[in-house]
Amino acid sequence: MAFEGLADRLQSTMKKITGKGKVSEQDVKEMTREVRLALLEADVNFKVVKDLIKRIRERAVGQEVMESLTPGQQVIKVVKEELTALMGGEQSKIAVADRPPTVIMMVGLQGAGKTTTTGKLANHLRKNHNRTPLLAACDIYRPAAIDQLETLGQQLSMPVFSKGTDANPVDIATEAIEQAKAEHNDYVIIDTAGRLHVDNDLMDELEQIKTAVKPDEIFLVVDAMTGQDAVNVADSFNEQLDISGVVLTKLDGDTRGGAALSIKAVTDKPIKFAGTGEKLDGLEAFHPERMASRILGMGDVLSLIEKA
Amino acid sequence: EKTRNSFSGKINDLIARYRKVDEDFFEELEEVLISADVGVSTVMDLIDELKMEVKRRNIKDSAEVKEVISEKLVEIYYGDDDEDLEELNIQNGELSIILVVGVNGAGKTTSIGKLAYKLKQEGKNVVLAAGDTFRAGAIEQLDVWGERAGVDVIKQSEGSDPAAVIFDGIKSAKSRNADVLICDTAGRLQNKVNLMNELAKVKRVIEREVPSAPHEVLLVLDATTGQNAMSQAKTFSEATDVSGIVLTKLDGTAKGGIVLAIRNELQIPVKFAGLGEKMEDLREFNAHAFVYGLFADLLEETAE
Ligand SMILES: Nc1nc2c(ncn2[C@@H]2O[C@H](COP(=O)(O)OP(=O)(O)OP(=O)(O)O)[C@@H](O)[C@H]2O)c(=O)[nH]1
Ligand SMILES: Nc1nc2c(ncn2[C@@H]2O[C@H](COP(=O)(O)OP(=O)(O)OP(=O)(O)O)[C@@H](O)[C@H]2O)c(=O)[nH]1
Ligand SMILES: [Mg+2]
Ligand SMILES: [Mg+2]
Repeated sequence: MAFEGLADRLQSTMKKITGKGKVSEQDVKEMTREVRLALLEADVNFKVVKDLIKRIRERAVGQEVMESLTPGQQVIKVVKEELTALMGGEQSKIAVADRPPTVIMMVGLQGAGKTTTTGKLANHLRKNHNRTPLLAACDIYRPAAIDQLETLGQQLSMPVFSKGTDANPVDIATEAIEQAKAEHNDYVIIDTAGRLHVDNDLMDELEQIKTAVKPDEIFLVVDAMTGQDAVNVADSFNEQLDISGVVLTKLDGDTRGGAALSIKAVTDKPIKFAGTGEKLDGLEAFHPERMASRILGMGDVLSLIEKA
Repeated sequence: EKTRNSFSGKINDLIARYRKVDEDFFEELEEVLISADVGVSTVMDLIDELKMEVKRRNIKDSAEVKEVISEKLVEIYYGDDDEDLEELNIQNGELSIILVVGVNGAGKTTSIGKLAYKLKQEGKNVVLAAGDTFRAGAIEQLDVWGERAGVDVIKQSEGSDPAAVIFDGIKSAKSRNADVLICDTAGRLQNKVNLMNELAKVKRVIEREVPSAPHEVLLVLDATTGQNAMSQAKTFSEATDVSGIVLTKLDGTAKGGIVLAIRNELQIPVKFAGLGEKMEDLREFNAHAFVYGLFADLLEETAE
């Protein structure tokens, strides 16, 4: 692990403040300083950290020390509760349209994992929900993006709708849905090209696709290794498209994944799935609570607290 | 020299806003640096050093602190080293081999396309080897870039052994009398031990075939990445002895500040910056301009 866990960092601070009746303001200040560092090292956005620390301080100061917990553990308990509350509950459900096909649109920055996740979601829908998805190749910009999606379609033995790179992405999406209706595919998953949130033309293109096909879900795909910029990205995509959920990819790496907190804080949209590998079965429901522990790097302390 | 001056100039503006060097000043400086992903410990150390320096020199007026800030920032990047280590190591009269590595989706294949174009423009005979035999469409993607840049791509079918493809690439490059061979590899997360071993094997094949190679091992880092980039730099270096970084996606709003800490801790310099998806969007890296860029937002605020 690249960083030491919060638990280790808090050891010395905690020792100093055992055996007191109340958690004092000074205790909390010292402990939250460590919490702040841990969150920043985990890539939680500094503004989000600031708000969190403020709330934690307000809640922790003046608490009666419980017999079963040291003051340090007690502060951690508050931290964990705040983080978990911010992360929200588990929500891995995917919409079902009243009239098929249900349309899912994948959006996000370059290289985040949209195309791969398109394949994974299709696999998930067939395996766990008995659905028959059609994949739509709307990335006409990235070299061989269509080949990539078609290869995934072959691996899955699933149909891919494409019109080459000269067609307009809005038309491709529209026609894909017509084909899905004709062929009785109950889901259409639209793969779009990666784009920067500050690229107005390409962001407009997404809005046009949205207007044309009225998707039931718009998933923002975000790389779990994203740093402080995650708030800008999530905020811009959400502002323009009113996304319905987030997929956090590459969680099979060793990143703490603080971006998860930042995204949740600025969009208040659920993180629905986690990408956990390059293969098409590498998709899992997102567990907010586990994510909170991962960000803090402190599974051991938490299990202690849970028992108390 | 010019960029350095303009950097100091911008620091001036920042300073002008705070007449006194107080806690607020340092707090804002800290936030600016952290939001640029410079890294918590690097920032804390820097701020501590600054505070000490300010005390030592008995600086009260913010105008006087500016020198210290720019000194320290550039110092973080360069350390005690010479300032012009960033040249790409291309040897004349022999085949130079560049191995490109990095995590998934960082921009390896795209950067290879851009670099091939750049070297081709400089009159070099360039060949690419499609060492990513794993990801769907990876070979086709490199093929398109080869076409765009007007260079040959050596490839085998999807699923074949990457080391074999690279071996093949070296043979072909030699027989074509190529100046430069650039090897693409599949993206991999640095905690996947098997995949890192596979990469080390690719490097060994290169070393065996051309004793002076690889001339460069370029680690491609996505500027959007946060603190994990340090772990990437460490682990990829252990496996392949990285000689330089390509920092991609700097055309977005992310600042990629972690490269300061990487340069400082691991002595790996950034050699190129990626500024878009087109062939021409690769620039030589300028540390002074980069450091200045870290402050751009704050300075814009100042200007308002
Ligand atoms: N380890 C791991 N790799 C992943 C995951 N999801 C995607 N990838 C890899 O990340 C890289 C980029 O994935 P893509 O699906 O091409 O990303 P994209 O968002 O479609 O990229 P663009 O279309 O270029 O914007 C590929 O190498 C994928 O195999 C994941 O959950 N874990
Ligand atoms: N905006 C921007 N996009 C970039 C830049 N460099 C690469 N990209 C995009 O990022 C995405 C991923 O780039 P690739 O070159 O496929 O990345 P890779 O590291 O080869 O990916 P894998 O082989 O899947 O691991 C593509 O959509 C590229 O067009 C850059 O400097 N700026
Ligand atoms: Mg894609
Ligand atoms: Mg690639």
